[in-house]
Amino acid sequence: MRVVAAMSGGVDSAVAAARMLDAGHEVVGVHLALSQSAATLRESARGCCTIEDAGDARRVADMLGIPFYVWDMAARFKRDVVEDFVAEYSAGRTPNPCLRCNEKIKFAALLDKAVALGFDAVATGHYAQVVERPDGGRELHRAVDPAKDQSYVLGVLTAEQLARSFFPLGDSTKPQVREEAKDRGFYVASKPDSHDICFIADGDTRRWLTERLGEQPGDIVDAGSGQVVGAHAGAYGYTVGQRRGLGLPRHSQDGQPRYVVDVDARTNTVVVGTADLLGVNALTGDHARWCGPAPEGVIEVGAQVRAHGEEVPATAWADGDRVEVRLSERVRGVAPGQSVVLYEGTRVVGSATIGAATLER
Amino acid sequence: MTAYLDHAATTPMLPSAVAAMAEQLSVVGNASSLHTSGRSARRVVEESRERLAKAIGARPSEVVFTSGGTESDNVAVTGAFQSRREQDPARTRLVVSAIEHHAVLDCVEHLVAREGATVTWVEPDARGVVIADAVRAAIEEDPGSVALVSVMWANNEVGTVQPVRDIVRAAHEHGIPVHSDAVQALGHVPVHFAESGLDLMTVTAHKVGGPLGVGALVVKRSMALVPQTHGGGQERQVRSGTLDTPAIRGFAVAVEESVGRLEEEAVRVAALRDRLLTTALGLGYGITVSGAWEPGDTTRRLPGNAHLLVPGCEGDSLLYLLDAAGVECSTGSACQAGVPQPSHVLLAMGVPEQEARGALRLTLGHTSTDADVDAFLAALPAAVERARRASGMAS
Repeated sequence: MRVVAAMSGGVDSAVAAARMLDAGHEVVGVHLALSQSAATLRESARGCCTIEDAGDARRVADMLGIPFYVWDMAARFKRDVVEDFVAEYSAGRTPNPCLRCNEKIKFAALLDKAVALGFDAVATGHYAQVVERPDGGRELHRAVDPAKDQSYVLGVLTAEQLARSFFPLGDSTKPQVREEAKDRGFYVASKPDSHDICFIADGDTRRWLTERLGEQPGDIVDAGSGQVVGAHAGAYGYTVGQRRGLGLPRHSQDGQPRYVVDVDARTNTVVVGTADLLGVNALTGDHARWCGPAPEGVIEVGAQVRAHGEEVPATAWADGDRVEVRLSERVRGVAPGQSVVLYEGTRVVGSATIGAATLER
Repeated sequence: MTAYLDHAATTPMLPSAVAAMAEQLSVVGNASSLHTSGRSARRVVEESRERLAKAIGARPSEVVFTSGGTESDNVAVTGAFQSRREQDPARTRLVVSAIEHHAVLDCVEHLVAREGATVTWVEPDARGVVIADAVRAAIEEDPGSVALVSVMWANNEVGTVQPVRDIVRAAHEHGIPVHSDAVQALGHVPVHFAESGLDLMTVTAHKVGGPLGVGALVVKRSMALVPQTHGGGQERQVRSGTLDTPAIRGFAVAVEESVGRLEEEAVRVAALRDRLLTTALGLGYGITVSGAWEPGDTTRRLPGNAHLLVPGCEGDSLLYLLDAAGVECSTGSACQAGVPQPSHVLLAMGVPEQEARGALRLTLGHTSTDADVDAFLAALPAAVERARRASGMAS
């Protein structure tokens, strides 16, 4: 097959490209330029869109002897990922931009362009497995390395997207991949993992949002007493479940720590409460995406509500674009805007964006 | 078989230049040393300087060897700006064409950002010609403030040859020195330093069949320059650093040979170029040619330059598809981290940004043949159709 290997400049996508080549595919390396300012040079090796990263990716492509190109997707990325990120926070939700990037950029804009140019598929360095069924259909499964499993951020892929996706690292652990990169002579073998959000260079999301949305002073209200207990500079800077950075007196009257339990964008209010108020067991999701046919009726699943969270047994019921999920146990700190990804065993069933999380008795 | 149609990026070395350079590589000698080996190296450098000077209509003492076009442009623009300002603090304005190579553009922007320079950009006409009267008008806004005029001899993207002599005349009426980047022109259209009247001229070896990494700034004796590299005082104190004797020898051989056969080669290459353009324009994709093109002409446009705008395509998609089909070319504009940017040259010529994204530059040279043109013309239709389908997917 003719395959585009998306190469970020990191160790994972380097090994993924090498494995596709070993498997006999015709591989072309493509680095996505996602930053608005292509000349951005950051001090550290995090993120995935610096000149240095493009150079690292190009060097690996040279070693593999494959053609390499940089595709400019900055405008699409800004519109579909960055602006969506700001709008979601602004509406009091907590988005996952990696998921959005996979949905809109890597397996949409990139894949579509690749197909139009005559390629058959896209390969990335995500840790997840594609399993081919006897009927030829493809299933998305968790990676064998639970510590690195990235099936959560791929839960937005549809069957059509999966049909043209390869994840060559799904059967390996991160240490194995690093070892392989070393054996292959890739000098990116010891490059640190990228983490946080690639377009927020210093990792300070609240400050980044403040630069874009301006300060919007408002009250921090205690859920128990209904009283104003503090002030904030913008409700968008808070996430349900957050404990640090609230600027509240160290000890509340009852001596229990306070967490953000609700962010009300309409009234610009941050509501704090005790830990017991964080537990929820019923989720409503919208923007449902299925990695195969949409399920019918009530299904027994495992539900994961954040990128590196535990899977909780649950029942789910799909209704068009909406999904109702009932968790078998209470889960703390479920933030609207995050995705709930549903699993059957290791298989990804689908995902939805969490709209409301409540406690049903 | 690969069809190499990117000679404006760099062209294969001439066998005579390879031989001369290779021979010199195994000979020891620092041209600044006083002993026998040093004197031998010095002799090679000076003979090369004389051969080069003769081929470009300059005096040997006017040739300052550098590491290439970018360094020559930087030394010319920055060195002249600083020198002129020292003589007269009022002279801080640069009059520069808007279609210069980044080696001049970014140098000017650096002086504006960090050394208090101001700049008047002179826009070209729709064919990419910088009209002498436009330069004159820019100067006459305030003649006493101008430090330097810089207008390239021929544009690297669309190949338009500039009216250098007329521009020099306009500037010299006000006693203002003129620099011209002749990197693309040398060896392809007649370049004569003395007849041009220029005060400063940039040339480089690897665009004429010489080695990479060596070039020259041709400096009129009357033109004072503030050095940008300090050290051993080589090259009239303008450009310190041990001279690269083998590269300089290869450079001189390549310039001599390419200038010597310029006329017949220009006619041969222009005929290939004309066939490429005529056929491409007739394919029915609405392809247009940028710049000043007239079949048979070898002087108003670089003979080897073909610059196309392909409607509905992204240049980088075309580039990939042609590369995959064994045809190597360019979008013509500068890249940032590998991402082609909309060309400032096309934008200055009034091409809308969307159309400028479909730019494709094919440049022919001394090794180009009919087979190269055929390979491109054979690969083009499928590439255009594919690229059209892909366009819009990424924006």
